[in-house]
Amino acid sequence: MVRLDPSGWKETKWHEYAVRFLFGGIITLAAGIIAKIYGPGVGGLFLAFPAILPASATLIETHVRKEGGSVRKARDTASLDVAGAAQGSVGLLSFAVIVWYLIRTHHAYFVLGGSALAWFAVAVGVWRIMGSKDHKAAAGPGQPHPGPRTQV
Amino acid sequence: MLEESLFRFLIGGLVVSTFATLGDLFKPKNFAGLFGSAPSVALATLGLAVSVEGPGYAATETRSMTAGAIAFLVYTSCVCWVMRRYEWSALGATTALVPVWFGTAFGLWYIFLK
Repeated sequence: MVRLDPSGWKETKWHEYAVRFLFGGIITLAAGIIAKIYGPGVGGLFLAFPAILPASATLIETHVRKEGGSVRKARDTASLDVAGAAQGSVGLLSFAVIVWYLIRTHHAYFVLGGSALAWFAVAVGVWRIMGSKDHKAAAGPGQPHPGPRTQV
Repeated sequence: MLEESLFRFLIGGLVVSTFATLGDLFKPKNFAGLFGSAPSVALATLGLAVSVEGPGYAATETRSMTAGAIAFLVYTSCVCWVMRRYEWSALGATTALVPVWFGTAFGLWYIFLK
């Protein structure tokens, strides 16, 4: 069951927000510079670069360890976040395809807004099909570890 | 040039950290992880590309972005598998496997899109 948990904001420290801002800014800047030097064909690849995934997964692992969780639990929790990103990447692909096909013929900012909504809808759809299984498999503390899993 | 770079950096930082912060608000963690694949860099970049270079330029960028997105799926699947199967740390797995993203993205681009 998906729920909003505002305490997540309190768990994140200011320097962690700063790290995300920095990574996001650097990747966006780099994508622009690469597109200027090598053209939009190469620069476009970097629009789907995993900009903050390393920082996000590491922060989650660190938080679980600080809360007293074992190394294995911390890595399992971080791997759940990565699994979510893998499921969301299908939405990312949908975003790219929709913008690619529609942006020349329709109002650009409507296309970008609509494609962002499509990303969310597709990502949630894939999560509903695959994600809940993953979540049950990695139930909270005290549950037996499900063992190595080879599927996202 | 310097002004445009600074603006790009600020917009990118703002959009990326906004999506990441949204992810902090949701539980369970694998649902929150969806926000790790948000098109945040794309929205920041394409918004600027449309206003400066026009929609044709943005269309070319998003054509290549399809290869990047497939590479993202391959990369995150590999990271997830390595973390669970071999119990690598998050930092170790996510950084050591970045070449998987580069190899897949550029490989697909070279074969199908160049």
